[in-house]
Amino acid sequence: MSPLFTGRAGFALVIAAGVIVTIALPLIDGMFGLVQATVFIAMAVLALSLGFIWGFGGIMCFGQSAFFGLGGYAYAIAAIDFGGSSWAVLLAIAVPAAFAAMLGYFMFYGRISDAYMGVITLTVAVILYNVMNSTSGSQYHIGAAELGGFNGMPSVPPINLPGDPSAALSPLQFFILSMILLMAVYTGLRLLLASRFGRVLVAIRENETRAMLLGYDPRFYKLVAFAIGGGIAGLSGCLFTNWGGFISPTAFSLAQSAQIIIFVLLGGIGTLLGPIMGAVAIEYLITLTGTQHRFDANLILGVILLGFVLLVPQGVVPAIAAQLARVIPARRRAGASSQTVTAP
Amino acid sequence: MSGTALLQASGVSKRFGGVTAVDTVDFSLAEGELRCLIGPNGAGKSTFFKLLTGQLAPSTGTIKFRGHDVTHAKTHEIARLGVGIKTQIPNVFNGLIVRENLYVSAIRINKPARARAIVDEVLARLALTDIADRLVGVLAHGQRQWVEIGAVLAQEPDLILLDEPAAGMTHEEVARTAQLIREINRTKALIVVEHDMQFIRMIAKQVTVFNQGRILVEDNVEHVLANQAVRDVYLGKRAA
Repeated sequence: MSPLFTGRAGFALVIAAGVIVTIALPLIDGMFGLVQATVFIAMAVLALSLGFIWGFGGIMCFGQSAFFGLGGYAYAIAAIDFGGSSWAVLLAIAVPAAFAAMLGYFMFYGRISDAYMGVITLTVAVILYNVMNSTSGSQYHIGAAELGGFNGMPSVPPINLPGDPSAALSPLQFFILSMILLMAVYTGLRLLLASRFGRVLVAIRENETRAMLLGYDPRFYKLVAFAIGGGIAGLSGCLFTNWGGFISPTAFSLAQSAQIIIFVLLGGIGTLLGPIMGAVAIEYLITLTGTQHRFDANLILGVILLGFVLLVPQGVVPAIAAQLARVIPARRRAGASSQTVTAP
Repeated sequence: MSGTALLQASGVSKRFGGVTAVDTVDFSLAEGELRCLIGPNGAGKSTFFKLLTGQLAPSTGTIKFRGHDVTHAKTHEIARLGVGIKTQIPNVFNGLIVRENLYVSAIRINKPARARAIVDEVLARLALTDIADRLVGVLAHGQRQWVEIGAVLAQEPDLILLDEPAAGMTHEEVARTAQLIREINRTKALIVVEHDMQFIRMIAKQVTVFNQGRILVEDNVEHVLANQAVRDVYLGKRAA
């Protein structure tokens, strides 16, 4: 991996860009564009969750949408039942994290191999999809919140200022909050990866046997990483539900899971900036292709994905970093290379 | 064997189906001792090594490390008691630089500043300082072997287990490894599994010879090398 973007300067650059987007976009973009951008951000948070557990924990999860959907539903149910958003947001993170911890316990402590881990996570997402799909009717409710089956849950109360349920956030405020949360998740993961925990996690990805021989228990590290990824995906689900005021079983769908994987693959695995970029680019393309009627949108997306997988298999961010590294003298890179684990 | 044993295996057997790879072995290692395990292919020395490191669990018998029963302990639990293990095929973190390989080892029980100091010390000791910032995956086989030995040393264990440390090394590298092992032995106990007799001659004091899952002879190196039964085993004759 190229050391560019990895040092403190790279981190500062990414955050500065984030702050500029947060300030500039509301000035140049209309309300419609801003609302569009907000869902891109929710997807970027989701991509980060998989980018972290897959790229740094080496955990192949084909069903990251399970945690996304759980977060969305946890928020919707809690917001309806509690009449305020503070607990709902916390639960949207805690419920998927706890569910991921439980699932992870059986997978990691049961010594499930990587391929089966993919199958199991995918299956779990499909099960949740089917379960939520079959909750039509007023007999399926949690407190006052009806689950709504395949119709989903409409009119979910939006996030409000803490302690004042009547002060719902405006679209602009919600956009800014989403950007702040995205930058917070990015920063948190950077710090985590630079910590002892993160460095051991990456070492386990590299060679589990060696990590064990050094006295680390890989199961524990993977479990914690998986739970953190679940919590972040849940936060994304919370943002998504807030964005539309709506959550339905399609959040658990295979298409949703596949999309997350594509975000990460396109942006660049083993980086944090890559999944963010991948999510924004794909979402933007989907919006763009959706507004024209000459070609089928999925066909265009398919061609683009195929092109990237064939031509830029390592992902966009690592490819750009490698190009930049060529023009920047090697001497400068030597100092940064000791930070190999803290990726963009 | 005098004094309290650092490592004590009593009546240890390992069966795979109908094959008994290790057959009621009694083995004892004193604090600070350097012991070589030798034997022809299939003698059970590698299986015995895996039993000691928790990669396999014995079918019968007990293994104790400083009085702790580690018979069914997991590999990481044995490592935490102060056992450093170098495997036959180098197990290193290929995608990380040399320095990070050692750092991950040192950081388990040390604060970052102390861990960095240990890493620098081990890098210097193994003459790896020049390649400290290179990815381990691109290094030559002998260098990777040393990175693994470095990771084991950075862990600061009391007992070091080395499985064929000289395998695939050049003549010069073998000589350096032998010197390193003698140097390590000034402060730590070691068990070295090896079948390169040349190498054994360079390092060994006390040697345990395995054959057909049992201990054939256990004696100092001169006696072992002069022993007719050992010669027969190595020349492929049926052991007496």
